[in-house]
Amino acid sequence: MKLTRRKLLIGGGLVGGGLVIGFSLGGDDSPPTTAAGSFQPNAWLQVTPDGRVIFQLDKAEMGQGVYTGLTTIMGEALDYNPANIQVQMAGVHSAYNNPAMGMQVTGGSTSLTTSWIPLREAGARARAMLMEAAAAKWQVPVAELGTDDGFVVHSGSDHRASYGELAERAKKVAVPESVPLNRAADYKWVGQSLPRFDSAAKIDGTAEFGVDVKLPNMKVAVVIRCPHFGGSLNSFDDSTAEQQPGVRKVFAIHNGVAVVADGYWQARQAANKVKVEWDKGPLAGLNSATIRERQEHALDHAETIVEAENEGDADGMWETARSSATAVSIEAVYAAPFLHHSTMEPQNCTALVTGDRCELWAPSQAPGFVQALAAQFGGFARSKVKVNTTLMGGGFGRRAMTDFAGEAAAIAKQMPGVPIKLMWSREDDMRHDFYRPSTLHRLRGAIDDRGEISTWRHRLVSASITKGMAVTLVDAYLPSWLPEAMARGIGRFAGNAAANRDTGMAEGAEIPYAVTNKKVDVALYDPGIPLGFWRSVGHSHTAFVVESFMDEMAHAAKQDPVQFRLKYLQEHPRHIGVLKAAAEAANWGKASSGRHQGVAVHESFSSYAAQVVELSGGPSGYKIERVICAVDCGLVVNPDIVVEQVESAVIYGLSAALKAPLTIEDGRVVQSNFHDLPVLRIDETPEIEVILIDSDAHPTGIGEIATPPIAPALANALFQASGKRQRELPLELGSGK
Amino acid sequence: MIQFELNGEAILLPEDIDPSMPLLWVVREQLGLTGSKFGCGQGLCGACTLHVDGVATRSCTLPVSQVAGKSVTTIEGLGGNHPVQQAWREIDVPQCGYCQSGQIMSAVALLADNPDPSDEDINRAMAGNLCRCGSYPRIRRAIHRAASLGGAVRQFDPEGLL
Repeated sequence: MKLTRRKLLIGGGLVGGGLVIGFSLGGDDSPPTTAAGSFQPNAWLQVTPDGRVIFQLDKAEMGQGVYTGLTTIMGEALDYNPANIQVQMAGVHSAYNNPAMGMQVTGGSTSLTTSWIPLREAGARARAMLMEAAAAKWQVPVAELGTDDGFVVHSGSDHRASYGELAERAKKVAVPESVPLNRAADYKWVGQSLPRFDSAAKIDGTAEFGVDVKLPNMKVAVVIRCPHFGGSLNSFDDSTAEQQPGVRKVFAIHNGVAVVADGYWQARQAANKVKVEWDKGPLAGLNSATIRERQEHALDHAETIVEAENEGDADGMWETARSSATAVSIEAVYAAPFLHHSTMEPQNCTALVTGDRCELWAPSQAPGFVQALAAQFGGFARSKVKVNTTLMGGGFGRRAMTDFAGEAAAIAKQMPGVPIKLMWSREDDMRHDFYRPSTLHRLRGAIDDRGEISTWRHRLVSASITKGMAVTLVDAYLPSWLPEAMARGIGRFAGNAAANRDTGMAEGAEIPYAVTNKKVDVALYDPGIPLGFWRSVGHSHTAFVVESFMDEMAHAAKQDPVQFRLKYLQEHPRHIGVLKAAAEAANWGKASSGRHQGVAVHESFSSYAAQVVELSGGPSGYKIERVICAVDCGLVVNPDIVVEQVESAVIYGLSAALKAPLTIEDGRVVQSNFHDLPVLRIDETPEIEVILIDSDAHPTGIGEIATPPIAPALANALFQASGKRQRELPLELGSGK
Repeated sequence: MIQFELNGEAILLPEDIDPSMPLLWVVREQLGLTGSKFGCGQGLCGACTLHVDGVATRSCTLPVSQVAGKSVTTIEGLGGNHPVQQAWREIDVPQCGYCQSGQIMSAVALLADNPDPSDEDINRAMAGNLCRCGSYPRIRRAIHRAASLGGAVRQFDPEGLL
């Protein structure tokens, strides 16, 4: 959105590290002004004359706790009990852009770390304005005023007024240039384990997710998509389907055939009766084995190599070590498969088209992309697309991709005036995900005659997630008057340019360890499978490889894996902090008889996690008894939610580390539902102990941090137990491969 | 005509209803109770769990004709203050919350049969309810807590006073 000067003057809230950004109070994409006459000092806050405080939550709640955490920060700054704040999901607006991304996206474990200062500033400003209003009302110096949970109070008298009573006057107060931020010593709610504000509704069944949206006269749509990635529709025969009871319309959209019916069951039954002929597209014949062969080939023959890190002479030192009689040199190949997200709530989106406008209700991590894709595939001006973000049944990165919004808008466009709820089946969801890339890694490392790492050389083969993202976004944001072919060309160009510079493919592979000769690069190979952001993204495979190989190095040097790591981490106090804390809590090195331990430490999203996995059992099958995890994510706003996120991330990572992966055949996903693409169950879940490092550092990410270390900690424990090194995910708890 | 009881209320379905339609869609779309969730459509994830005559049942694969003359309880029928729901609030179990209705319905049925379940009993009874957020450790704790609160209450309580 372009801000005009006039709008800027009307708005004038303050967000983002002292940067003044306005927001418009009118137009199609304004923050909702739900209550007439409310005091609205910035894009997040409204104080109504009847005393309600309304907070626009500009991050999506997908289970990670922003609904509670960000509201707590705002309540603290405003001095208003956060449990009493009315939370509304924010609409699409540039004021809500994620400062880390320049777009309105919830992801990358950025919500708390990027909101911490702006929300406190916004709350503090509003509080200062309410105090100014009270000072004028009572004719007393503002210095004599304070606040007390929603009231401005005067120290020299019994003057006391609620924020609501002061709202009208506060509207006339100028937004202060700068305000002091609240201090840790004064926190009432930050740092407390307040019960989640969204729990009650999720326990009594009243919480409304995307699939629960109800609109008058609403119909339900399903889409039959080409199972082969990149394929397209040749023809379809709906003669039987159209006659099914409850069926309203069957028609083609940009990526398949839509079936609209009175309810989901009717739509699904009818869809099963549509006969579709597909053009399998460019990936026909591609399967998992081919992909693996091409990855192996790419290790030495890729056209494009993207360098992520290069210090000293890693390749030269590798050759030196290989010809040395005293050095131990190890070459190892690691592999990680494609991964599905499988949010418990399958993808869905509701859309209503009225004239040239489209309104959507979407469980999405990226409402701006919902708007863009709905505009693109429904043929609307972006300013005519209104997005309502619902609660979502899991995100994990899947809902940063908003393909469902394009589908819903395209369908609703064909049935103006009729609200359409697009629902995906589980099969749709598993077969049309944006997957964690499959990667292949070759590690070369050597231990010299002093027991030191003389070289660390890591080459991984990966495709770029950013590439696909760039194509999608360029397409979505290009002006519609451009010829389609030209737009696609620009998108492809942008995608390739992005891929060639995408060091994010190797994120997490840049080791913290003080090794003089180290080099990490990426050999680009893109099999064409749709890729996306999977909880912890690149870290999900690089941590497995790096921390497993570090263990190999420790064993080659005949040193204790914890001590060995500590030796190379002297410049990294926060790594040391979590590693020592986890090792101590696990009683590292003194595991009771019959128990085997493995360790890993990893930084991601500016936070730190160390884990010890403890196994029991023997070669016929090991059992994960417990996982000890220490995390340092800076200042903790809500300790219980942080603990919960660690438990969550460990289990999500464990699921991927243990469960059968998806496979590709003929350019499509073979598996379809939880029977052949299983996820971790309660009976497979170990005891998880969480240690939070006490810190007053700027708060950093927590939603993804504990996922990366679990696979390597488990692999290292399995090595400890069995003497066999498993280098390919998923891991086997049996006798090893 | 298919007649059954839903959360203590008599339900008479229209004559033209497809008797093979799974109960889940009847409850969610026809009767407007959306607490029971759609997760897999194959009885594999447990998000749609509700009670049929007190037995935890996957409603996404159960033809509605099968509940004729029976009593169905959904999450809405627990009333909000069932000991299992109290325990769930105390332990703050939900994250995204999507699977929790199903988890709670399975837990209520477990406790009705087994007022003081062991970890092993919980594993057996709850292994069919998937949670991608990994609320499993808290579900376990909350079931033990509910047991101590006297969670062995199965039947619908219209007053929500349990």
